[in-house]
Amino acid sequence: MAEPYRTQAVGPHLVARAAVYTLLILFALYYLMPLFVMITTSLKSLDDIRSGNLVALPRAVSLDAWVKAWGSACTGVFCGGLKGNFMNSVSFVVPAVVISTLIGAFNGYVLTMWRFKGSDALFTLLLIGCFIPFQVVLLPMAQTLGWLGIANSIPGLIFVHVVYGLAFTTLFFRNFYVTVPSELTKAARIDGAGFFTIFWRIILPLSPPIIVVCVIWQFTQIWNDFLFGVVFSSGQRQPITVALNNLVNTTTGVKEYNVDMAAAIIAALPTLFVYVVAGKYFLRGLTAGAVKG
Amino acid sequence: MTPSVAGADAALVRPRKHLADYVETVLPKVVLGPTLLCGLIFVYGFILWTAWLSFTESRILPRYDFAGLVQYVALFANDRWWIALKNLGIFGGLFILFCLAIGLLLAILLDQRIRAEGFLRSIYLYPMALSFIVTGTAWRWILNPGLGFEHLVRQLGFEHFTFDWIVTPGMSIYAVVIAGAWQSTGFVMALFLAGLRGIDDSIIKAAQVDGAGPVRIYASIIIPSLRPVFFSSLIILGHIAIKSFDLVMALTGGGPGFSSDLPATFMYTFAFNRNQIGLGAASAMMMLMTVVAIIVPMIYSETRRRG
Repeated sequence: MAEPYRTQAVGPHLVARAAVYTLLILFALYYLMPLFVMITTSLKSLDDIRSGNLVALPRAVSLDAWVKAWGSACTGVFCGGLKGNFMNSVSFVVPAVVISTLIGAFNGYVLTMWRFKGSDALFTLLLIGCFIPFQVVLLPMAQTLGWLGIANSIPGLIFVHVVYGLAFTTLFFRNFYVTVPSELTKAARIDGAGFFTIFWRIILPLSPPIIVVCVIWQFTQIWNDFLFGVVFSSGQRQPITVALNNLVNTTTGVKEYNVDMAAAIIAALPTLFVYVVAGKYFLRGLTAGAVKG
Repeated sequence: MTPSVAGADAALVRPRKHLADYVETVLPKVVLGPTLLCGLIFVYGFILWTAWLSFTESRILPRYDFAGLVQYVALFANDRWWIALKNLGIFGGLFILFCLAIGLLLAILLDQRIRAEGFLRSIYLYPMALSFIVTGTAWRWILNPGLGFEHLVRQLGFEHFTFDWIVTPGMSIYAVVIAGAWQSTGFVMALFLAGLRGIDDSIIKAAQVDGAGPVRIYASIIIPSLRPVFFSSLIILGHIAIKSFDLVMALTGGGPGFSSDLPATFMYTFAFNRNQIGLGAASAMMMLMTVVAIIVPMIYSETRRRG
């Protein structure tokens, strides 16, 4: 009876425990239901959808909807499926994640090991930037991207995502490096190691856990972004989230729910995959981003 | 503050060439500089820029002649803006309420030495890995009256069952609440669960010695001690609510008509689809001020409590 306020598997608590498990399982079913519906719907034919219901299993499994969503569904006037947009997303998400993580690591290193007068104040100022609703920067950014000659381009999206991701990546690395004992770097300095030597030899080898957290966070954020994608790109340069929304809203004749669902799963697959293989780090990023010091 | 190891201090203990020392003092600033510059220009500079646009008569192209408060007057004379504000109140209030209530419930249930806790937790949390566009697309299909949930219940024998919020003006914003809460509850649960695991058991044991039952212990000791978690959840959820854009775009497109508009979709529509740059800028500034008005006093009061 270490913590008797928690229900135990004995005596009158047995009923309480049964109730707890029942509730937990019901909630789990509720949270899984949309995913189940998405998957089964994407495998049905349109006839099957019309004659069956939301939770019925497909009578015959068909991959037609997936083939169409990937290669020939219409997103607006263009009818080439999502494959191009998927590749677009990959081509700006990967560089944006790498660049923002790298810069964040250096920033965090400076803000903990090489602090200078005012660096903390400047960091706080930077952090406030995390909280602004991005609507307030959209109009100036649209104009600026035009001036820089990277409007409606992959480099433009990389630029925007790096700029507005830096506050978070810096925060991750700073909060991680604060826990590194300063004796480690002090000793290295006395031995004559410089800024970059200490970073490569001492700090970087300690960093894999936070790099994983940061990369997963940035990947999820940038892959799932819609606002910057819809404002700063158009046509076939659009990321997958924008293309998915266009696909769903393109009504040419019959509404093909199976294609919509296949498209939604295609858009969700990369982040779901990351979640399944590295859920622990995903959660760590969420809470680190949420609970600021 | 702990004493910082500035480059200058290091120079005193390390006999090296002056140039190298100079480089080491300047280097940290050079490394951090670009990020700070970015923040200064692309956050603070752009806020001022948008503020300026909101005081002009810019329409399809930005203009920079000061025109006073015309856009704000126009904004608050616009019915659609008032609907967006009302919807933000409904959506924000209910979204935060459901996420907190269900998130706390799930965390307490999961904290009962549950088998397969990790597995259940990852089920509750997976929606957070999805884009709001994906969530919106899925729920749009589930909630559609023709073949979705309504159809399912009717097939089960309830032939007059109706559930058509998503296509009903005045109700569609509640459909947004359902999908939004589905996506974000797991996150709040994770925060509460971490909070529950951090509670000092000695106070609870003392209460048990005094004869307090489980309900009493949760109500008067455990839940009050989760105050900081409530606080950070509230900030995060409030922030998600004010910025909500993707979910509405995917689920209802702001419709039917503009009955489920939120300030974020209003801003997008006017600034980028209707070529009303000035009005869009004014609505963006109002969003910023809402965030400031909510977050600043909360952080202030919380730091005063702690201090």
